[in-house]
Amino acid sequence: MSQAALSLSNDPGLALASRPIGTVPVRLTINGEAQALDLEPWVTLLDLLREGLHLTGTKKGCDHGQCGSCTVLIDGTRMNACLKLAVTLDGCEITTIEGLGQPGNLHPLQAAFIEHDAFQCGYCTPGQICSAEGLIREGHAHTREEIREQMSGNLCRCGAYTNIADAILEVMGQEGWE
Amino acid sequence: MIRFDYARPTDLAEALREGAGEEVAYLAGGTNLVDLLKENVARPTRVVDIARLPLTGIEDTAQGGLRLGALATNTETAYDQRVQARYPLLSSALLAGATAQLRNAATNGGNINQRTRCYYFYDVATPCNKREPGQGCAAIGGVSRIHAILGTSHQCIATHPSDMAVALAALKAEVRVTGPGGDRVIAFADYHRLPGDEPWRDTTLEPGELVTAIDLPPESFPTNFTYLKLRERLSYAFALVSVAVAMRLEGERIAEVRIALGGVAHKPWRRPEAEDLLRGQEPGREAFGAAADALLEGARGQGGNDFKVPMARKAILRALEQATAGTPQSQTDKRIA
Repeated sequence: MSQAALSLSNDPGLALASRPIGTVPVRLTINGEAQALDLEPWVTLLDLLREGLHLTGTKKGCDHGQCGSCTVLIDGTRMNACLKLAVTLDGCEITTIEGLGQPGNLHPLQAAFIEHDAFQCGYCTPGQICSAEGLIREGHAHTREEIREQMSGNLCRCGAYTNIADAILEVMGQEGWE
Repeated sequence: MIRFDYARPTDLAEALREGAGEEVAYLAGGTNLVDLLKENVARPTRVVDIARLPLTGIEDTAQGGLRLGALATNTETAYDQRVQARYPLLSSALLAGATAQLRNAATNGGNINQRTRCYYFYDVATPCNKREPGQGCAAIGGVSRIHAILGTSHQCIATHPSDMAVALAALKAEVRVTGPGGDRVIAFADYHRLPGDEPWRDTTLEPGELVTAIDLPPESFPTNFTYLKLRERLSYAFALVSVAVAMRLEGERIAEVRIALGGVAHKPWRRPEAEDLLRGQEPGREAFGAAADALLEGARGQGGNDFKVPMARKAILRALEQATAGTPQSQTDKRIA
């Protein structure tokens, strides 16, 4: 288990004006590794992952829940990491793109995204893949139209939507995949 | 983000103790409040995380209705088999809102308590009576495309952004709350407010009060219903105008009907007198038009949203036709059948 005390006060103006407020002990399992952390209450899961734990696969796009590039799986369910205060997730399991697959051991969705040319700049891709994994686990989308609707929380400004849907359809259709 | 104290109560009594005080915010799914904290619009000194309270269930009520826990997520509610089978209007409205990620985090209590998406409310550099009482309203005379056409005041023209709330208004849900003064039940029509002279008050909740559940009554309108949502994009956008219709036909006539509008006012917009015009009538364009005119009486644009008045009238007609035909609007195929 790794231990870390994290202060992510990246806006010193506010920090100077703030009252002294303590940190909160938080236990998280991140990509299978148990973490005991002491966190300031205003740290988002996204900032914890990127700035505190250096898991920079999860991207910060809008930081307002509008673009989906920070999508991760929390207890297996896709959510926007930018809108979750990390302290609220005590006891939760977090899976990021780093936990889904690694070089040489790609997740089926990662392989399908490459196969179908489902990205250009790649900035939205970790969020797209975590979101697609969540979509498949949810089991509510069965057609291309339903995939497009259920993936509307992930913007791709390169416009790879057609190929993203192709990649997800392929993985959904793979035998033995649940 | 601003700094605040944090508490994570595990039972209601503890939550109410922690929630006492002026500058306290209850935090559930976080999809709206965390954003408002980042924007410096919400400035609580203490955040009370209520997500661990035992309010996540969806249960049948003794009266034959359904009780939706305040902390059941929008996703859990939308896909609950009882909601889908008995209250498909609610399921449809939930799935018309936000995105899968947001619905997975957002709770039922949080949904009805979300704040307006008025750009000026969010922009702390502009005056807003809802954010800071007495400052003035930058939306009046400003960019008003998304703003209200009904029930506005000289202080505020904001709209309520929820889709779920529009369906709950049509279903005549009840909001169960608890607080320092005890438990009470609020009829959905009385839960949200018009802005009037106190636009900072979105709802009739008192300080420290907490929503515990939303009760759906036994009459569920499983056959003749629709949620028609018109917006700038086909998915993931707030309604410019939305219409929830819940109808019960007996033979050739309308035995019961409710019409609620979203995107046009500070609360889901219903007028029982407009519905009275349809009760006992045969469905048809003429009767629908009379009801639409009664529902929209006094509607007035602010300039940038003048289009909403004719758009709302046409949407009401189309929604009544969809409900009558038993062909509710698909939330996947957005073509208006």
